[in-house]
Amino acid sequence: MVTSRIDHKWGMVVDLDRCNGCQACVVACQVENNLPINDKNAFLQNRAYEWIRIERYWEGDYPNIKARFIPILCQHCENAPCEPVCPVFATYRNDEGLNVQLYNRCVGTRYCINNCPYQVRFFNYWHPNWPERLQNQLNPDVTVRTRGITEKCTFCIQRLRRGQLQVERRNGGELGDSTLRAGNHMPACVQACPTNALTFGDQNDAQSPIKPYFDDVNRYNIHHESERQTRGYRMLEDMNTKPNVIYLKKVDPNKGSSGGHHG
Amino acid sequence: MQEGRVLSTREMNRDLLRSILDTPRWFWPVVTVLGLVLLIAAIAIGIMVNRGLGVTGLNRPVAWGFFITNFVFWIGISHAGVMLSAILRLAKAEWRRPATRAAEVLTLFSLMTAMIMPIVHTGRPWRILYWVFPYDFARGIWPNIRTPLVWDPSAILTYLTSSTLFVIIALIPDFAVLRDHTTGIAHRVYSVLAMGWEGNARQWKLQIVAGVLLSALILPVFVSVHSIVSWDFGMAASVKSWHSTVFAPYFVVGAVHSGVSAVAFALILLRWCYGWQDYIRHEHIDALGRLLIVVATGWFYFLVMEILFGMYGREPDELMVRQTQFTYWPYNAWFIVFVITTYFIPVILWLSRAWRRNLWIMSIACISVNIGMWLERFLIIVPGLINKQLFTFVWADYRPSIFEIIIVAATFALVTMLMLLFSRVFPLVPLYDVKEGDVLKTQVQIGRRTVPATFRED
Repeated sequence: MVTSRIDHKWGMVVDLDRCNGCQACVVACQVENNLPINDKNAFLQNRAYEWIRIERYWEGDYPNIKARFIPILCQHCENAPCEPVCPVFATYRNDEGLNVQLYNRCVGTRYCINNCPYQVRFFNYWHPNWPERLQNQLNPDVTVRTRGITEKCTFCIQRLRRGQLQVERRNGGELGDSTLRAGNHMPACVQACPTNALTFGDQNDAQSPIKPYFDDVNRYNIHHESERQTRGYRMLEDMNTKPNVIYLKKVDPNKGSSGGHHG
Repeated sequence: MQEGRVLSTREMNRDLLRSILDTPRWFWPVVTVLGLVLLIAAIAIGIMVNRGLGVTGLNRPVAWGFFITNFVFWIGISHAGVMLSAILRLAKAEWRRPATRAAEVLTLFSLMTAMIMPIVHTGRPWRILYWVFPYDFARGIWPNIRTPLVWDPSAILTYLTSSTLFVIIALIPDFAVLRDHTTGIAHRVYSVLAMGWEGNARQWKLQIVAGVLLSALILPVFVSVHSIVSWDFGMAASVKSWHSTVFAPYFVVGAVHSGVSAVAFALILLRWCYGWQDYIRHEHIDALGRLLIVVATGWFYFLVMEILFGMYGREPDELMVRQTQFTYWPYNAWFIVFVITTYFIPVILWLSRAWRRNLWIMSIACISVNIGMWLERFLIIVPGLINKQLFTFVWADYRPSIFEIIIVAATFALVTMLMLLFSRVFPLVPLYDVKEGDVLKTQVQIGRRTVPATFRED
């Protein structure tokens, strides 16, 4: 295993003002992480795998109706509700701020799925299958999961590990903002986002563009939400799950300011 | 004076051992039919394990469904054993005597059946060893003791062990009677099981002390088992309607409600099957009915409190669950059926002395309670999951598949079959306990009336 000399704490910022709901992140994730193909049946049975999904909500009444998009992925909570309920420690927090899932250890009680408030854990009800001509597109760096276990977004840990190996082990550098981008070591969804709505980085890296948002949201907790200087907030913040994903509120042109108290 | 005839010891032995010494004509056909149901369920489980849980109706938000509902239901039924044997023994309720063994055995079999449910519900049941037992000593990986899913097996296995001991200790004097009434290989087996019981004063003393001690020790288990099962839900912080502190007492009282009803129905069935009219008498069923009125009303209080607590917080996601339970088809229909069958039908029937003594009406009331209590668990588990959080985008409904229905139906067949097979080998009405009750019973004159009185047991 690649261990890093540098203390990382990964995080992501999702700018809702930039998201246009194009689903490129969904497709990128699907390809990168060997997710089974979601056919019509998977959706009809409500068993589609979408480690990142775009939730679409309608706001307002006709004719002044607006579509709102929220990309939702595993929030990698510091205080994750899914972790303490697993009887076999198949899911736990690693020292880089990731909530990781050990497929080998999982027995499939699905308690973590129930206890995830963000609905981002997926159970393999069937054994995954790919058509013959798609067998060769599977990513060799990612396990193909068997039936009967739970899986979820990993922040593309295989890319982070490759980055640590190439940048930190071989060249003695640091996997920071520029090196992440240069070597495409960020998660696939971030790489694929055409509007740069998703930003990935290291919260311990002073140069990282995500750091000001995390600092701001950490400084002013939910009780002092109105004092925040940025548009940042955490999803379902009142549950105190302390996610490592921060959302930036949509800018409402009617309200004039970007730092309002509204979502 | 007790109702019915006063019987000699010889008659008692003859009647109560009838189920063991002769085979009724209906016995093997019934066992065969139940066995066929179990065979179908075994095939269903085989297909499910082979192809994956996709054959069930479970989906993304609803990850727990019929299996967990059924698990909680059977754990609930198992609470009758302690309620009737331990609590009523310590409370010196005389009428418990013929009911104790059936209640304890029902406890054992329903616990075993309940334990099948979470195992078949997991995605990889062949790895269950990982979960229940500490497995990876070399790498220091132990089960996660923070999860209710590890408390569950601990509590249930403790309960199973103590209930088994309880049943065995109560069976020793009866084994001795069987030893004296059988010949050949049966005689030899019962001789071993009777452990040299001669019925002398010292043995009786030890047997009674063991029974009372176990009764007292089993009481904390009684409260904890269903509390812990309720914490499977109570500890789930992310499911708003589950995350409630009222669940532990609510589930325990509900368990007693369904369990005692099940025992009353089992007793009526046994009385009918084996002709034990002189042992399981109307007074016993009557007493169970009166006990059940209290239990049902206590349970109803918790039901109202649970809903009230849920609504009082006025959190939109919790209110959404309540709205689903009360207004959305088909949950609204099930909710009405659930409240009526669990409380209103049985309690109204139990309020009348004549109806408590009518075995048909008692059977209807007791079955009604158990239909309702099954629905109660379903209405707690599924609506809580189908709209768990405010992300309406991922809300989805749940329909059980034929596999789930078959497996759930088979658990009822399994418990029935185990009870029937047990009744062929061991007496389901404790002989020594009934005889002891008769010895201790006497009549006293109060004014012009003769009433039954009981000596102190100890």
